Formats: sequence, structure tokens, C-alpha cells
Amino acid sequence: MNGVHDMGGMHGFGPVEIEQNEPIFHARWEERTFALTLAAAALGRWNLDMSRHAREQMPPTEYLRATYYERWLWGLRKLLVERGLASEGELRTGRAESEAGAARPLRVEDLPRLLQNRRGARVDDVVAPKFKAGDLVRARNLNPIGHTRLPRYARGRQGVIERDHGVFVFADANAMGMGKKPQHVYSVRFRARELWGPDAREGDSVFVDLWDDHLDPA
Amino acid sequence: MATDPSHLHPSDHEPGEHGSPLTETQLRVRALESLLVEKGLVDPAALDALIDTYQNKIGPRNGAKVVARAWVDAAYKRRLLEDASSAIAEFGFVGRQGEDMLVVENNPKVHNLVVCTLCSCYPWPVLGLPPVWYKSSAYRSRAVIDPRGLLKELGTPIPEDVEVRVWDSTAELRYLVLPERPPGSEGWSEERLARLVTRDAMIGVAKVRVPEEGSP
Repeated sequence: MNGVHDMGGMHGFGPVEIEQNEPIFHARWEERTFALTLAAAALGRWNLDMSRHAREQMPPTEYLRATYYERWLWGLRKLLVERGLASEGELRTGRAESEAGAARPLRVEDLPRLLQNRRGARVDDVVAPKFKAGDLVRARNLNPIGHTRLPRYARGRQGVIERDHGVFVFADANAMGMGKKPQHVYSVRFRARELWGPDAREGDSVFVDLWDDHLDPA
Repeated sequence: MATDPSHLHPSDHEPGEHGSPLTETQLRVRALESLLVEKGLVDPAALDALIDTYQNKIGPRNGAKVVARAWVDAAYKRRLLEDASSAIAEFGFVGRQGEDMLVVENNPKVHNLVVCTLCSCYPWPVLGLPPVWYKSSAYRSRAVIDPRGLLKELGTPIPEDVEVRVWDSTAELRYLVLPERPPGSEGWSEERLARLVTRDAMIGVAKVRVPEEGSP
């Protein structure tokens, strides 16, 4: 979706301010929101791509005003309601009005498996790559209303396949409940001038990780 | 509402990034936790353990050990650049948000910078959770279009004859910058080198420097 989360190349957000000796969390509620998000996700009722997509759907004015973990909180509440694990009323009062059904919550003893699992979105499916290193490609001009990991600044731009990362779950489909649609992910090198015009420095580049379904031969 | 008194933490009163209505947010989070606990959907002990893990056990000291090893051990560095996930796993730094790692090397002709323009993707097993600035609109918007201006403002101007490569973490690959070993660190032990390596250098917004004599 063409949301405000897709920020690459926007102007006007001001300087980047690095906080010295920054704490991991700035408040207790941030800690709890972080942990609640991971623990609720471990129930298996949604995947990571759905979590990201939920946060992207925060209305743009709210998204920009919100702090990071306020966005997580918003996304978590949305998913809980959508999956029928909680109602709006329950979220307001904090009191259960109905059973959640049989669920096994994440336990302390599950954490090693959850956190040290070395399998991420990479899959073993054998899928032929559409491209190889050195191929000239053009990112498709796609504007789906659903989730996509193809940022606006790269759409329609020409780049070169730098490296084939192998076969991964396709986030754009997985976020929408349309299955894993496994395919190759590549590091695609875009010249800064191709993306931003003549004011960019010749020789500089931006590398974007894109899936087969984001690319056409150029 | 079965509120654990330990939730009444002093830091609850700190202001948010934009002076947002924290009180309402705090209440929402407390209601959410009570509800999910009552419904048997979360176990508070697991929440505490998750927080403890990312607050105390996983952080940029992990990545610093990887970088220092690469500086002193050429064979390790080769493995790291060829298959970062396996080379980093030699330290036991594996798992969530770092399942598929790539290491990009700075050298006198190339400077690398890592960003996630779409959200906040970051290599948790080696750097921990991302700092606020990395997740900020300012960084996410600007890193891809004006990396040189951004780096200059952050005190790391990039000379004209050095190429800038920006890595936008749009898929499930996670990036770690291998900074240049600083002059003045010749002959240092791996442990001493690791203490020099900063989080910001491993994201690409800073260089690693040897502190001047007498400075802390």
C-alpha cells in the first residue's frame, strides 16, 4: 500500500538525533508492548508480514504522530480483534467477556526455540530463479492496496542483480493470507542517479532486496 | 484488574518522543496485558523473560565481538563475508531477526550504510533492538536519498572519492557493516578491539576510532 510508512526519499522530517546512552526501552509500557507483541504472535494466528501490514494500516496522521511502540500497540490490538481473540470492549476495559478458546500461551521454556530458531523466511522449496547476478532488471510499477516490500522509490527504476539470496516466502502474498508463494530474493543495485536524478553522486548506489515478482528483465 | 505492582515503574512517567498522551497509552497497555493474561493467551513470566533477554542479554556487544574477530583473523573474515549467518553462528549469535545475515565491508574506497525505509528491520542477534533514531522518520526517509548529507551531519563526512552503498532491508536479510579497523590499534588483542566497536559503526553512521590518550 502507498502508505506513509514507505518513507524512503521523503523530505522534511528534520535532522537525525542520536540519543547518547539510550536505554533499550524508554518506559515500562514500551517493554510490555514489545513482549506482548512477541508473545501474542507466538500463538500462531498471524505471521510477521501480517504484523508489519497491520502497523502500516494505522491512519497516516496517527502513524506520523505515534511513537514506535504506539504503532506496535495499534497493530497488535487490530490483529487481536480481527482474529477474534479480543473485542474492542474487552480491550477498553481489560476484562474478558468471552473465552478465547483453547490456546497455549508462550512459556518461558519456549523462548530458546522461539528466539534462537535459525529458520526465518528462507524455505527449502526448489524454485528456478528468474534472474542471475549481473542481469539488468526493472522494478515493476506496482501499486497494490495490500502489503508490499517494493518501496515506491524503486518502482519503475532500472537496476542490476547483485546477488541471488535464494528462495524465501514472498512477503507481499504472505501478509495478505495468500500463501507463501516461495521465490528468489535478490539484492538489486540501483544507481543513486537512476533513483534520484542528476544531483545524486555518480557511483553511489542503493541496494534493495526484491523478489522475482517485483522484477522484469530490462 | 490484577495489576502487578512492579508495573508502577518510575519510567512510566517519562515523556514520549513527541509528547504523546502517554497516560492513555499506559492504560491501554495495562488493559491489554490484563485481558490477555485473563484469557490465558499470554504468560506474564514469559513477557518478563522476553524483556530481560533483549534488555540484558542481546546487544551490540555481540556484533562487536564478530567485528573484532574479523579484524584479527583473516580466515574468519573470509567466512564472514562469504556466509555471514554461519560465521556469526560460531559465536552462538543466532535466531530471530538475524536468521539470514549479510556482512558488508567498509574499505578506503567504499562506505556502507544500513536502513529499513519501510519499517525497522535490524539484525537483533548481533545488535539487539534498534535505537529510536534508526526507527525515526528522519532516518528512514533520508538515508536512501541523501546519505552523504546525513553522514556529514552525524559527524562522519564521506570523502568525494569514496563510494557510498546504502542497504535498504526490504526483505528478511539483515545487514551488519564491518567497519575499517582504526589506525592506532595495531597489535591490540581481540578483546580490546571489541571494546572499540560501536553500534553506530556497525550500522554505518560512524567510524571506529581509537580514543586519544587521556580521554575516557
